Amino acid sequence: MEWSRKDLVSIAELSAEEILTVLDVSATFKEINRREIKKVPTLRGKTVVLLFYEPSTRTRLSFELAAKRLSADTVALSVSGSSFLKGETIMDAAMNVMAMIPDCIVIRYPYAGLPARLARELSCSVINAGDGAHEHPTQALLDLCSMRERFGRLAGLHVAMVGDIAHSRVARSNVYALKKVGARVSVVAPKTLLPQDISTWGVEVWHEFDPVVKDADVLMMLRVQKERMDEQCFPDEREYAHFYGLDRRRVDMMKPGAVIMHPGPVNRGVEITHEAADGSRSIILNQVENGVAVRMALLYLCLGGSADDR
Amino acid sequence: MIVKGGRLIDPASGRDALADIVIAGGRIEGIFPPGKAKGGGGETIDATGLWVLPGLIDMHAHLREPGQEYKEDIASGSAAAAAGGITTVVCMANTDPVNDNPTVTRSIIDRARAVGLARVLPAGAITMGLEGRRLAEMGLMKRSGIVAVSDDGRPVEDASVLRRALEYASTFGLPVILHSEDKSLAGKGVMNEGPLSARLGLPGIPAAAEEAMVCRDLAVARYAKTPVHITHVSTGGALAAIGACKETSLGMTCDVTPHHLLLTEEALSAYDTVFKVNPPLRTEKDRLALIEGIRNGTVDCIATDHAPHAADEKALDFDLAPFGVIGFQTLLPAIMKIHLEHDIPFMRLLACVTTNPARILGIEGGVLFEGARADLVLFDPKAVWTLTEDRVLSKSKNSPFLGWQFTGKVVRTLLEGRTVHVAD
Amino acid sequence: MKQAPTDPAIIQGLVERIAEELSPMVSSGAPIAFVAIRKGGEILAGRLVELLEERTNIRVPLGVLDITLYRDDITRRRIYEVKATDIPFDVSSQDIVLVDDVIQTGRSARAAIDHIMDLGRPRRIYLVVLFDRGGRELPIQPDITGMKVDLPEDRTIKIEVDDRGAISGLIMGGVK
Repeated sequence: MEWSRKDLVSIAELSAEEILTVLDVSATFKEINRREIKKVPTLRGKTVVLLFYEPSTRTRLSFELAAKRLSADTVALSVSGSSFLKGETIMDAAMNVMAMIPDCIVIRYPYAGLPARLARELSCSVINAGDGAHEHPTQALLDLCSMRERFGRLAGLHVAMVGDIAHSRVARSNVYALKKVGARVSVVAPKTLLPQDISTWGVEVWHEFDPVVKDADVLMMLRVQKERMDEQCFPDEREYAHFYGLDRRRVDMMKPGAVIMHPGPVNRGVEITHEAADGSRSIILNQVENGVAVRMALLYLCLGGSADDR
Repeated sequence: MIVKGGRLIDPASGRDALADIVIAGGRIEGIFPPGKAKGGGGETIDATGLWVLPGLIDMHAHLREPGQEYKEDIASGSAAAAAGGITTVVCMANTDPVNDNPTVTRSIIDRARAVGLARVLPAGAITMGLEGRRLAEMGLMKRSGIVAVSDDGRPVEDASVLRRALEYASTFGLPVILHSEDKSLAGKGVMNEGPLSARLGLPGIPAAAEEAMVCRDLAVARYAKTPVHITHVSTGGALAAIGACKETSLGMTCDVTPHHLLLTEEALSAYDTVFKVNPPLRTEKDRLALIEGIRNGTVDCIATDHAPHAADEKALDFDLAPFGVIGFQTLLPAIMKIHLEHDIPFMRLLACVTTNPARILGIEGGVLFEGARADLVLFDPKAVWTLTEDRVLSKSKNSPFLGWQFTGKVVRTLLEGRTVHVAD
Repeated sequence: MKQAPTDPAIIQGLVERIAEELSPMVSSGAPIAFVAIRKGGEILAGRLVELLEERTNIRVPLGVLDITLYRDDITRRRIYEVKATDIPFDVSSQDIVLVDDVIQTGRSARAAIDHIMDLGRPRRIYLVVLFDRGGRELPIQPDITGMKVDLPEDRTIKIEVDDRGAISGLIMGGVK
């Protein structure tokens, strides 16, 4: 196993081997999360700053738990969308945080590119918790972790991502990750929710959901944002649910052993019905559980080496 | 049923020969050399001296139902279409309520089936209420039976909405029919802008209003990697722009109307509102460019833009009267006239109202061969007749060709083997 | 102190002697369980449990501890391979015999003790090692030692099982 990164900015920069390393280490941390005393002293004395410039409950909570279970001290700073634009630039803010000498910054930001810039310019570890429509690498890793846990492998799995591929950092990170580890990736969406250059992504493109439902091992339903309706990507929720929603009828068409995933939060009745989200094929809550383990693994890997070693 | 002794003209196969056609179960069972027909019980129709053509497909019409039944309804519109040899009609979405949801689509189709005189295939709206802002439920409407989407009567002004609409429609395999008009250039215009509009004192619609929008629409379509169909092209410039991208694999297509092929702005000299159409009648140079477009294949289809308006509406001042003419019953005679006056092969003209629209819309029809639906027109190429108001089966009589003498007349129309029109 | 032996026969003798010392503790009837420190302790603990079960006819529970996450030198060394801890019993209220192959600084034993304490509250913890190579940095001493050995700083020693099932020693140098 090899790991020599202080940062995790994108899946695009990881090798298949690095991805598998994270998954292997995550499996161990999952065991810790099931102990009575869910804490190890590994990162005692380290400070992890959680900078969230976008509303997020579960990702922030997941990172915070991960850091705390490794005995790191955490400071969470959530800044609402509008107020952070006043006054200081984001780099000023980052420098101020740096002056407090943290060991790691976990950042979520509404625009693409900041985590890469921080990683380049700051000496501490930087972990991207989602930047604009760019990447959400920890989500992809926890998704892969959940798939591997369920199927025992990733190579050759047929994973279908359904919905807003164009604007989804989750989709982007997952496509990169799944392709690197040899999975077969399909995307299902109307053309309005696909990136212009989808033909260069090396994935199968479908506009019709039913044929893919029957064939996929994993159906990853992406969250539909209402703002896409304002951007004329689809007419309304009724039509979206009809053509791209996962309902009882489609669940019944899934092949034996196939599972349903969703990065959350779920829009019940739009991209997925409650029957599908809560049914026996859903591994949505496993994803959440694995999220903590994957983030522990990443904090451990990125923080577990001295500056001299890098 | 057997149709005996007619001259079969079928653009799909290029066949032009005397033949007997045996029809059973609504379909063509067999096509035989004259006198060699086998089978075909029941009625025998003598087509000696007549041309036997595929039922026409008019990909642009307004049937006004629901909402404006005083102008036209599905029953009167279907009857007029049948009388014109048109067996398939694509009706535009600017009804009241607008056909922007599957309920309206369903109601139009159900009503047309009950009438049973023509196959009415609705075009759904591109945007809700034709307002150019929010996409209509194209997918659900397609499931209910629309064959295309169009905001006809209006352009999709917002280019970003157009892009999304093209991408979304092509997701569901729906052709997009665009009325390309730059509203800011067209302004309050009521006729072609030029020396004549200046002389008449009527506000003009510049050719550039159409040409600018056609160019924009084509650019967006190319970027979105989707084909578009530009309807009622009226200027040589717009046609040239479409012709320039015919080479691309995306298949940009267009149609022209019979009135733009046979009339020019000169018709407006007497302020007769029957000639008020949108796009406006243009110059002789434009008209000849459109005819040339048919000859060289730039023009794919001829469509009527059948737009009934009540007499009292057309009786308003020229500035205030509504745009539009009716056209079902004059479509085939107009084609014959162009054939005779401009020496364009009849087969090519016929393709513009049969195989070409069928291909663009992705629908069955417009062909005469074994197994095809028995949609047929029996056409007397020699009959000379004059269009008078009492012959018009539409509720509205706003034809620009009233009083015109035509050569060639629809004698009988069959819809899936059923006679839906017989000339008196 | 002596040069560490690598001969399986000598090592077998050491293991048997340790088992003999542990035997009364097992047969006393007090609740007792063995915990090996991954990786070196696993071989020794496995062999000890085998011998003790033979001698006493009492089943002896055995668990494995991965102390990676409890190390105090994570930021000084590149350690990322983490294996699961597998303790299939409750450590509370019983005697725990902590087994490792080698003791030197005492830091591994410290990490292991911390780890066990996070899992519960044992009645007491014994420490058993095969080789004590000296050089303690913490005040931690094994309760039972196979033998004290003397090795140059740049050598490491570990044990492994050969294909006949015998434990042999392996001395490696000079890269640590």
